[in-house]
Amino acid sequence: MEHIIEMLNITKEFPGILANDNITLQLRKGEIHALLGENGAGKSTLMSVLFGLYRPEKGTIKKEGREVEIRNPNDANNLGIGMVHQHFKLVHNFTVLENIILGAETTANGLLKMDEAREKVVALSDRYGLFVDPDLEIQDITVGMQQRVEILKMLYRDNEILIFDEPTAVLTPQEIEELMKIMKGLCSEGKSILFITHKLNEIKEVADRCTVLRKGKLIGTIDVESTSKEEMSEMMVGRKVEFAVEKGVANPGEPALEVRNLTVGDKHHAKKKVKDISFIVRKGEIVCIAGIDGNGQSELVYALTGLLPIEEGQILLDGNDITHATIRNRNKNGMSHIPEDRQKYGLILDFNLAENLVLKSYYTPEFQERGFLKFDRIYEHAESLIEQFDIRSGQGKTTPARSMSGGNQQKAILSREIDLNPEILIAVQPTRGLDVGAIEYIHKQLVEQRDAGKAVLLISLELEEVMNVSDRILVIYEGEIVGDLDPQTTTFQEMGLYMAGSKRKDRGDAV
Amino acid sequence: MKPYTIKDRANTLLRSTAFSHGSASVIAILSGLLFGFIILLISNPSQAFDGFIIIMKGGFSTGAKGIGQVLYFATPLILTGLSVGFAFKTGLFNIGAAGQFVMGSFTAIFIGVRWTFLPAPWHWIVALIGAAAVGGLWALIPGLLKAFFNVHEVISTIMMNYIGMYLANLLVKLTVYDSLKNLSMNTAETATLPKGGLDNIFYNIRGGSGTIDLSTVNSGIYIAIGIAILMYIVLNKTTFGYELKACGFNQNASRYAGINEKRSVVLSMVIAGALAGLGGGLLYLSGANGRHLKVIDVLAMEGFNGIPVALLGLSNPIGIIFSAIFISYITQGGNYLQSMDFVTEVIDIIIACIIYFSAFALIIRGIIAKILKSRKSEEGDL
Repeated sequence: MEHIIEMLNITKEFPGILANDNITLQLRKGEIHALLGENGAGKSTLMSVLFGLYRPEKGTIKKEGREVEIRNPNDANNLGIGMVHQHFKLVHNFTVLENIILGAETTANGLLKMDEAREKVVALSDRYGLFVDPDLEIQDITVGMQQRVEILKMLYRDNEILIFDEPTAVLTPQEIEELMKIMKGLCSEGKSILFITHKLNEIKEVADRCTVLRKGKLIGTIDVESTSKEEMSEMMVGRKVEFAVEKGVANPGEPALEVRNLTVGDKHHAKKKVKDISFIVRKGEIVCIAGIDGNGQSELVYALTGLLPIEEGQILLDGNDITHATIRNRNKNGMSHIPEDRQKYGLILDFNLAENLVLKSYYTPEFQERGFLKFDRIYEHAESLIEQFDIRSGQGKTTPARSMSGGNQQKAILSREIDLNPEILIAVQPTRGLDVGAIEYIHKQLVEQRDAGKAVLLISLELEEVMNVSDRILVIYEGEIVGDLDPQTTTFQEMGLYMAGSKRKDRGDAV
Repeated sequence: MKPYTIKDRANTLLRSTAFSHGSASVIAILSGLLFGFIILLISNPSQAFDGFIIIMKGGFSTGAKGIGQVLYFATPLILTGLSVGFAFKTGLFNIGAAGQFVMGSFTAIFIGVRWTFLPAPWHWIVALIGAAAVGGLWALIPGLLKAFFNVHEVISTIMMNYIGMYLANLLVKLTVYDSLKNLSMNTAETATLPKGGLDNIFYNIRGGSGTIDLSTVNSGIYIAIGIAILMYIVLNKTTFGYELKACGFNQNASRYAGINEKRSVVLSMVIAGALAGLGGGLLYLSGANGRHLKVIDVLAMEGFNGIPVALLGLSNPIGIIFSAIFISYITQGGNYLQSMDFVTEVIDIIIACIIYFSAFALIIRGIIAKILKSRKSEEGDL
């Protein structure tokens, strides 16, 4: 069959790491080709090579059989290669139309010819069923629509080869379904798609073929139809993966965290972000707060951990009132927190791994003496955590946190928080953006914490995770707890109804 | 296994961070000098070469005393360089070294002139402490504004520069003014920094009379170097430095980790201000032969030169010692240009250009890293 793009024997090296080792990827015309691999497997590097962001040390790229050189994204664009990045590249105070034509403006005598552009955009939007209003500003539209603007940007430039870098990571389930439809539509119109992901369900749903990378090496290219999910994940991780989390019955004991009538305000609106929430997390159980993103989960966690002031209510940690305690006091009294945004809150990217691993304990007598840091102890500590939690990085304990892969950054945070030996571990979307292997590992650790008699409060958007890991599910909707469910008896459908606000406990329908 | 050849060893050296940092600063300096030479050529072609030699000879032009003067003028630069560099390491841009410096200077002079009840070593020690305290106080205001109202420190420190300059002028006139010279009064003998043995090294003997022509350098340079080493230790070895750096790199994560980030921001600013203020004290407590505070409406040069000093030293306290001495050296060389037919303004321009280029050390470091990287990837093809 005809190949529209071939990447042959690509090798790309970074200091201390071989990101791509002799990788060959052939994209057929009109197919959806998935690129599957764990974090740090080299997927993004390979795509950056194709998009002209990196130059490979070895290997050739061919378009329709002819060898080409891609030195920068402009070269890629001229060859008809477009890319939707994981983090969108849009100007927030520009309209949709302005964003689409940015860099490819049609002009007459130095003036923009917007009408022509608008016609083309509207036509494209209709043809591919993208439903985008060209005159809205980016900051006013949903993430899903922003992504469709990115797709339109590629179509506007007549790109033939479309690269999607983990496009579903930021979308709601409905939006994901929509995107899958759009991708299929694009293919039937003759576009070829490269789809970077580590979600097997999505590959099963849309992809024709799938290329699997592991630790920078090519494992193989397979036909999706004839390969099972289990086989694919084994190729990706290199061993069998348990999808179901293995755990025994919970043994709830004393309350570790007690929240009473908690209310959190919003700086910009009169509407409360968290309204009169009360719940208890006991030692030896995993309680999960489920809900659609933006229903007050973040504010609830910030209030619990002391990052955000509360308006009303009371928080008890192990029986002690910590409502107004400082963050450090909460940490000292047994609260660990795996934050939602690991790069903004969880790590200091310019510090090295060892320095990050003592971020919450550098002041304890173990790591300092009369104000001087005990670097030998800090590095010993790092070594033991690296070994215990299998944190991988280019230069070991002295690796700058910035250069570590997302999964290993998360493992570093997890190891630090568990090492603090907390009474309660608050984990916010701890597996976001991670591959199956890492997810499995983190779930195991959470269950282990529970079995060691710790309380775990998990905040998650992934329904499967909610069902698999938790012992009790609290559903949050518009800042209120609307459901208290047992994962043994509830179903996805029922949980979905609570999450969408169409069903709620005790208070009935009157809101 | 290949044997470990000299070429390999050279490559390892080339790729070490210390080397790339050092060589970046050296290349920045060389390009600055080249540019200065071009300006010399344009302004006065016939004497350009001789003029360039004079700049290059710097303090050496006038023998041992000249070297002493280089160290004397390097002393405040080390402190203002540390002030800017320390703030930078902790995520703040201290553009206010000039104001902190001049307020520290006034305080030192005031104590030096008025508080004559203090005995010898205590007099200058108290004057220096006063200078640092007032310098710190001058930076406290921008620090508080930054921490509690999120006012950008660049704006507020620039404002504080002007307030400091005019206030210092006013206060000098009101309290320690020598109206004949339009300068501050001489400080008391007891407030003068001891020579610390430097008077036995840095002097010239006048040809005719055989009298000794002594440099104004004094133990201030020891104090400056000591403080630089102290800052290095604070930043790299202590929990305090760890906290300040953490806040500088990522305020959100610091708060998350339980560090009081507002306190850290304020403390960083105060320490930076205290360093600049101390620099003022060290410069002006140098007896009757040393510098006196002029009552003019110009911001203190030592304050602004702290910025290129810090940049050239890549904000490393030890690097700052050397970059301050270099900039002082070049400035002295420029002053000696007056012996030739150069307009004084041109001299200032040349010195400014050299300093300006030197500040590009950071950019050049990036270029070196890039060249080494591309060289490495070429080798990968072999």
